[in-house]
Amino acid sequence: MEILDVLEKYPEEWVESFLKKVTGERIEEILKKEDLSLEDYLSLLSPAAKNYLEEMAVRAHKKNLQHFGKTILLYTPLYISNYCVNECVYCGYNKHSDIPRKKLSLEEIDREAKIISDKGIQHILLLSGESPVDTSIEYLEEVVEVLKKYFQSIAIEIYPLKEEGYRRLVQKGVDGVTLYQEVYDRGIYQKLHPKGPKRNYDFRIKALERAIKGGVASVNLGALLGLSDFRKEAFYTGVHSKYLLDTYPSVATSVSFPRMQPYLGGYEDIDPVHDQDFVQILLAYKIFMPMTGITLSTREEPALRENLIPLGITKMSAGVSTAVGGHSSDKENTEQFEISDNRSIEEVKESILKKGYQPILQDWVPL
Amino acid sequence: MKKRQYGGILMKNKDQLQLGDHFFNSRLLVGTGKYENHDIMKKSIEASGTEMVTMALRRGDLKNPKENVLNFIPENMTLLPNTSGARNAEEAIRIAKIARAAGCGNFIKIEVISDQKYLLPDNYETIKATKALASEGFHVLPYMSPDLMAAKEMEKAGAKAVMPLGSPIGSNRGIENKGLIKILINEIKVPIIVDAGIGKPSHAAEAMELGAKAVLVNTAIAASKDPIEMARAFDYAVKAGRLAYLSKFGEVKARGDASSPLTGFLRKEQ
Repeated sequence: MEILDVLEKYPEEWVESFLKKVTGERIEEILKKEDLSLEDYLSLLSPAAKNYLEEMAVRAHKKNLQHFGKTILLYTPLYISNYCVNECVYCGYNKHSDIPRKKLSLEEIDREAKIISDKGIQHILLLSGESPVDTSIEYLEEVVEVLKKYFQSIAIEIYPLKEEGYRRLVQKGVDGVTLYQEVYDRGIYQKLHPKGPKRNYDFRIKALERAIKGGVASVNLGALLGLSDFRKEAFYTGVHSKYLLDTYPSVATSVSFPRMQPYLGGYEDIDPVHDQDFVQILLAYKIFMPMTGITLSTREEPALRENLIPLGITKMSAGVSTAVGGHSSDKENTEQFEISDNRSIEEVKESILKKGYQPILQDWVPL
Repeated sequence: MKKRQYGGILMKNKDQLQLGDHFFNSRLLVGTGKYENHDIMKKSIEASGTEMVTMALRRGDLKNPKENVLNFIPENMTLLPNTSGARNAEEAIRIAKIARAAGCGNFIKIEVISDQKYLLPDNYETIKATKALASEGFHVLPYMSPDLMAAKEMEKAGAKAVMPLGSPIGSNRGIENKGLIKILINEIKVPIIVDAGIGKPSHAAEAMELGAKAVLVNTAIAASKDPIEMARAFDYAVKAGRLAYLSKFGEVKARGDASSPLTGFLRKEQ
């Protein structure tokens, strides 16, 4: 069964009415269970489960400790190009956005990579807008060649490729792919992606499977929370991640629950996800899929990031600039979105240690 | 990195664990993952009385001495690098070679996991990796699902011990595969080391009482509230279990054993 068929088993209306019917009793039953079903996960996302956050936190903490111990893996994103042919209405890289466009040369990438690697980072996440002309596979291959000199693990967060494209990048040294569906609700997806290749929902949702067939060892998925009803979006994220783990058990699956952040000239039709809701989502997911990782970005404030550590987070970004070339220069106005945690890698490491967790800089050897 | 000593020497009248030509006084092997920091890890290793420490090569930050886990493993420990992260034999072999080239010695724990859900080892790929690495002079300790035929293959391929799981990694569920592990203990000549699933000192003692030659413990120590004291508790438990095993148990009987047998009168009549 393919992912689209699996998602179809859980139509929006069904999810909505299910969420309304969940009772406190049901939550208490679920919290006693060892293995959870998708329906159990959905129940934990319901408004009724809000009254059980502390119980859920205890459970999520315990489960995460068993699977990941007291460790947090650190990585740094590297933005290499903000050229983009898409028109995502919520994104700062939107083709019509009046921002300076920039694509890093290999020399500039070398310089940025050296700065990041000198701070001890071994896991890098390469990001770019979607522009097959400006950021072609050939260019990306060369970029990976440069990064290989500095990092043990290279992941990409770029536009969806065909299987062959992934295979070529894996051969150069890429081991992970991050790709957010942005929004699982198809109607809203079409509305928010009016033009450009990204309008193709199906091509995007199947991209992680093409990446897996192309040979990557890990995938990270998610939805931009705030674009649609967050409970439904978090549920579909869980459906997708369970599907990937069931279908490709040798691949390490992890998820992110990025909350929409304002950007310059911004999109304002955001359904806010409050901290309490955000925590509920993280806990529900961790209890449902304790063996998979949760990545937390610098979209979140330092204090919240710190408090979330014991609740099931396994991976965090640090020392982040979302501007192209932002590690080696101070150029402004090219950020994809505003970040909330501007701390240095050293500061993030220290705060993790203070929380009783070990920051991990390396968790992979290139094979 | 300073040169480490690998394995102790044979001592007379001492109950030692033998792995190939190497002898160990402690029958507790410990891991290095999941600790809150390197300092607590180091102290826990010391408190456990262990002489052999396993570490994931993929975590060994060789470029960065401040972060390199190797620098926090006490120097008198024998290293047992593991191939965690490998999804097939080929990857395990490559990781093993990187470990040896990095100065981690000849011991290697093969861990091939192609299932991220239950983290169960892939016996088939593990056998292949055992064959390849043993023929290249590695002292191979394969981590496996307790299956007699697979264990025999690993032994035949040159494994220096066989490491069946008690229950899935990190599950703390104890020796769920007791019957199958007992069969391995009875049938396999190289030492059986129970690895994974041991959640409490009593589980470790149980494995030793069963006749395992050693146990490997990580999560139960590292993820506990006080890893240093927990490491000490495991040291005692492994010693107690071993001593009990050597002392031979009284036979376990299904029926009560009345001190004045009910049918005693029959004997009197003879």
